[in-house]
Amino acid sequence: MVLAESGFSSPRNDAFPAGLRVLVVDDDPTWLKILEKMLKKCSYEVTTCCLAREALNLLRERKDGYDIVISDVNMPDMDGFKLLEHVGLEMDLPVIMMSVDGETSRVMKGVQHGACDYLLKPIRMKELRNIWQHVFRKKIHEVRDIESLEGFESIQMTRSGYDLFDDGHFLSGDDTTSGRKRKDADNKHDDRELSDPSSTKKARVVWTVDLHQKFVKAVNQIGFDKVGPKKILDLMNVPWLTRENVASHLQKYRLYLSRLQKESDIKNSFIGMKHSDLPSKDSTASFGPHKAMNMIPDDVPNSTYSFSASNSQAQNVDLKGQGDLKGITSAPMAEPKGALSVDIRDSHEAKSTQMSFDHSLGSVDSAVSFASFNSTTPLQYPWTEIPEIQFKQECESLHLENGFSQLPLPGPSMIENEANRSRIEVKPLLDDCRSNFVEHLGPVGAEDLFPIQSKSQSLNNQVFDLISATKSSMKTQDVGLNYLADSEFALRNLNASGVGVPLATLSEDLQICWLQGDCYPMNYGLQDLECSTYDNPALMAETPFHLYDVLRFDHEHLFDPAEYYAIDQGLFA
Amino acid sequence: MDVVNQLQRQFIDYSASLHREGFLDDQFTQLQKLQDDNSPDFVVEVASLFFEDCEKLINNMARALEQQQGVDFKQVDASVHQLKGSSSSIGAMRVKDVCIAFRSFCEAQNREGCLRCLQQVTHEYSLLKNKLQTLFRLQQQILAAGGSIPVVE
Repeated sequence: MVLAESGFSSPRNDAFPAGLRVLVVDDDPTWLKILEKMLKKCSYEVTTCCLAREALNLLRERKDGYDIVISDVNMPDMDGFKLLEHVGLEMDLPVIMMSVDGETSRVMKGVQHGACDYLLKPIRMKELRNIWQHVFRKKIHEVRDIESLEGFESIQMTRSGYDLFDDGHFLSGDDTTSGRKRKDADNKHDDRELSDPSSTKKARVVWTVDLHQKFVKAVNQIGFDKVGPKKILDLMNVPWLTRENVASHLQKYRLYLSRLQKESDIKNSFIGMKHSDLPSKDSTASFGPHKAMNMIPDDVPNSTYSFSASNSQAQNVDLKGQGDLKGITSAPMAEPKGALSVDIRDSHEAKSTQMSFDHSLGSVDSAVSFASFNSTTPLQYPWTEIPEIQFKQECESLHLENGFSQLPLPGPSMIENEANRSRIEVKPLLDDCRSNFVEHLGPVGAEDLFPIQSKSQSLNNQVFDLISATKSSMKTQDVGLNYLADSEFALRNLNASGVGVPLATLSEDLQICWLQGDCYPMNYGLQDLECSTYDNPALMAETPFHLYDVLRFDHEHLFDPAEYYAIDQGLFA
Repeated sequence: MDVVNQLQRQFIDYSASLHREGFLDDQFTQLQKLQDDNSPDFVVEVASLFFEDCEKLINNMARALEQQQGVDFKQVDASVHQLKGSSSSIGAMRVKDVCIAFRSFCEAQNREGCLRCLQQVTHEYSLLKNKLQTLFRLQQQILAAGGSIPVVE
């Protein structure tokens, strides 16, 4: 590995594409050797790696040390698509996926996650010879972006011009195109609005922790369900930042949050019953107006987003909330298997009020205050702008408004299977998200049972924002179905809005979380919870995120806690 | 040299037969082309890696399928998928074909079918290993006799 200067200016680039710095990630040693040889024959500079984690470390150590990443889709320590996401978010390098499996759905997934190409094994020399195109293309776009940034006025124009377009774009939820497509669309819009012919594509902005904090703050202020790139940009008040920068960052943020949310949902489903101090009254009060399942495409990503933002240690605001969340989350996690089987329905029966979470910033604090978990400090959840989470406590009204297919309520055994399957996907961060949600949900009946229930509910909410409180009512299986449907809906919305959340996986999670309301599947392979840790008051405090993970889970971690922390940092750095 | 020519001829014929019988496909030829002065033993090294990986994966599958209390088909499938990828690296066509059938049985959670495929895959792998070893031996003989390895298109 040679630490070369970036861009086209370094001497090694005289004979571009010779010397192209390629990072190859593949768990198959045979392929790794072959690819290395092939790439060397192309006169590229090759670095090989058999673990995704190692690859991320390498990339982070030298942010500018590589031009392109080639990664296999199936790897033991991390899904290739996840790696792809991270690289895209943190390093913004072109990533090529490879696999022996050429199924269209897989390829599509790759593209959705941002892969600039998808190669099928066995890979031929000529395919590798051409990979420099992707590097070149990206550089050109960056140059154009930077140039377009020079004029502040043009930025202003862009902003106003794009506002409507983008906001609608994001909120409509029907934008299933990849980030690049959106970029192109934006550019077209740009051309229309501005007489300036230069395309205002996304500039290569380095999202430092500070910048990201501003971003998150702005998002929180606006309200997750109302967020739009222009509003965020205005609030952030960073002159050199364009709306496109914010837009693309927002997209990535959502993706990230949705992933976290999914994980945390799974985790939260194990919420213990430790914290049941919140009076039901409070929880009711904190809830906003009830609404039928409110599926705003943005909601889901937003909620996940804010959460992950808070997870980043660099963000003080988030940290605080996170600390609280952790405490909360841990509590549920500690829930012993038996305890979860509490009949939540009973507690909910008493409450037939609909509790909807209005996660706008305003209500966050109040919601937090009566979270079922004993959080004494008002949690400042930057992600509180999570779109409303409808929490219908009524048993009767099952609103299958979303019209998505109702998933049959899986039996307990199924949950277990689901849990086991999804365990790989679970990330500690999600727990935090979930705990947050739980808090907002508030206890329906200030009983021990309640926390669990709300937790499970929050889990669902977390993942899908849609949460129709049918789940909480838990009276009928239909409720669960609604949840599931909601989740699915949320998933779809997520997908629709460009979030690359695999519907299938989410469904799995949903089912898991979902069922948890009724009967907490205790066999989540995900956790070997250590109850003691959850009760640990220290956890209630602002526990460092990564520590929390360590304490919390025994399941397969995609990242080391430290790495996770780093990832968080890196994601928005 | 007559000896060299003879050996080279043998090599070519043997290579051709391996291709014909489906043991190897074009990928193997590509690997041979990649071999150069910088890495004169490239193909042998790659083959060794492949054999190692193969054995490991086959063992994983066997263990997983042996579980009396319930076979984790996902795990088996994951191993088969890996083997499929690995076999594609060296051009082991027959192994790869068995993997494809193997995966369907995994999906159907058919233990019997899986066990049969495991047997087949093990068989194909052993066959291929023997044949490649023969081929490499021929190669070495040619080199020892002062000749060069002909590239079989």
